[in-house]
Amino acid sequence: MITGRFFANGVTPRVLITMAVLIALAALVPILHLAVPRGSAFHVPAYAVALFGKYLCYALLALALDLVWGYCGILSLGHGAFFALGGYAMGMYLMRQIGSRGVYGNPILPDFMVFLNWKELPWYWYGFDQFWFAMLMVLAVPGLLAFVFGWFAFRSRVTGVYLSIITQALTYALLLAFFRNDMGFGGNNGLTDFKDILGFSVQAGSTRAALFSASAIALSLGVLFVALVTGSKYGKLMVAVRDAESRTRFIGWRPENIKLFAFTASAMMAGIAGALYVPQVGIINPGEFAPANSIEVVVWTAVGGRATIVGPIVGALLINGAKSWFTAALPEIWLFALGGIFIATTLFLPRGIVGTLDDWRAGRKAKSAARIAEEGDRGEIDPSQEQHVVAGPKERAAVLDGRRGGPEPQPRRGGPEPQPAE
Amino acid sequence: MSRKNTILYLDGVSVSFDGFKAINDLSLVLDRGEMRAIIGPNGAGKTTMMDIITGKTRPDQGEVYFDGDIDLTRHDEADIAMMGIGRKFQKPTVFESQTVEDNILLSLQGSRSIFPALFNRVTKENRERIDEILETIRLVARRRDLASGLSHGQKQWLEIGMLLAQDPKLLLVDEPVAGMTDAETEETARLLKDIARNHSVVVVEHDMHFVRELGVKVTCLHEGSVLSEGPLDFVSADERVIEVYLGR
Repeated sequence: MITGRFFANGVTPRVLITMAVLIALAALVPILHLAVPRGSAFHVPAYAVALFGKYLCYALLALALDLVWGYCGILSLGHGAFFALGGYAMGMYLMRQIGSRGVYGNPILPDFMVFLNWKELPWYWYGFDQFWFAMLMVLAVPGLLAFVFGWFAFRSRVTGVYLSIITQALTYALLLAFFRNDMGFGGNNGLTDFKDILGFSVQAGSTRAALFSASAIALSLGVLFVALVTGSKYGKLMVAVRDAESRTRFIGWRPENIKLFAFTASAMMAGIAGALYVPQVGIINPGEFAPANSIEVVVWTAVGGRATIVGPIVGALLINGAKSWFTAALPEIWLFALGGIFIATTLFLPRGIVGTLDDWRAGRKAKSAARIAEEGDRGEIDPSQEQHVVAGPKERAAVLDGRRGGPEPQPRRGGPEPQPAE
Repeated sequence: MSRKNTILYLDGVSVSFDGFKAINDLSLVLDRGEMRAIIGPNGAGKTTMMDIITGKTRPDQGEVYFDGDIDLTRHDEADIAMMGIGRKFQKPTVFESQTVEDNILLSLQGSRSIFPALFNRVTKENRERIDEILETIRLVARRRDLASGLSHGQKQWLEIGMLLAQDPKLLLVDEPVAGMTDAETEETARLLKDIARNHSVVVVEHDMHFVRELGVKVTCLHEGSVLSEGPLDFVSADERVIEVYLGR
């Protein structure tokens, strides 16, 4: 591969194109929203900016899940928890920016605390009036939770379905905790009624446009990060752990460390997605911890294509686009449609949309290589190609099969890779 | 015999699972540079013995020493692998969705920390070592192919290559010729004899032709302890071995 030499491993042309599109969107959408007059066909209305900004946050969340699930084989059914925690950290900052403009006019305490007759700000709300501190917490809180959780789970060699179940329990436990008023996070209602972010009104068109751009840029950086990580030797180790964990262990690596790094990094990505999401939707409440949300993220990733970088983004955009349309046009059918899409994907496109396209293209390439061989100009083919060609069709199929890269279940300790349907 | 001069020293090892004694007062000594073949019927404890040596299973009692004075019962799998014991599984286990080359690359001796792996560049020495190993395991032509495309026998070789890449002192090889053609079996015997020139090797195998081809000392296990030990002709003439394993 000649192109391969110009880029760090993993940063393929496709990754660069994806990043370029996202950066172009980050530049273009604000212009189309703010500078193009309202009547023009090119004007992007406010609701669309907010809606697509939200989708980009979901896409970043799906990408985070893909890093642990697609590449490392850890099916987390609790990634919504990290997303929500990042969102709460941002929400706490936004609450403190309200200052004395709240209904009760208390300059320090958010409204819900005044309502509960609290006299003082709880210690864990300190520092959230500073933007930098809140941003640090957006990374640190999900990262720390993932690290501690992963430390215990991976060292105890909890794998497969069991791990999925405890991640689900984790997000459910947080859901119940955040519902409680005495937790100090607004209970049932969560945090809302935001006024400013960094001194700009969250309602203003320019702020919305800036948040959209920030989401697009965050997603493109996420794409770059995942590409660099998966393209490194560490990335190969992640796949090794996914495909044959005990083999990895018996050549001297510690799978628990490999998983722990991926899980923590992924949780931090999810936290960033949550933090960008909250100012765009204007609310964060315990509902974001709902187990169903985390499962939906798995559906996006599966539909788009696990272990591909573009797949989860495509999946998140498509499914959420469909959700927006359905919930407006045929609200009572949406959950059936979502279930149907998921079942159809697992049955007919186990590698997701992008993965299936890749397989199809690889298949065509192998076919044309075989045709060239049949036409008899073998001299032109380089030896590595010839390997595929000389091998019979069965062998060739096996090679293609391997190119899928998807976690083909292998018997090993901990049982086969759990399928999403579980 | 003095423990100091051995590469592997098991003395009075027992382990039971739910009351079933998988290994029962097993003693086995392997000299440095020796190749040993282990035979025995199913359930004789061959794989459990390997589990104990590689740290996957802790023995209930007994001593397990590596390289004279390393107590293996105090270490886990990754530690033991890094100290120089390589293990090939009964079912060939390679990283299917990665290339033959990458399989070897991940197994190469060196740091096993995460952060260096994030910024790792393949060095010239790495490349030369990979070439050398691919040469040994007869897979040079397949280096850029995915491991899933290899034949069953080639996967066995690749896994042996992955062990060699770690530069171990002792190789534990569980049923290397299961499912191989006769030609592949012969080639594997040659490969293992090559390797045994500068490594200690323990081979578990059922195929008696293959064991004969290796031409080394044989230990027959039965019900978790040593039934008979010595040259193949001696062991296969042993009445008890014929009784429980070879059949009349």
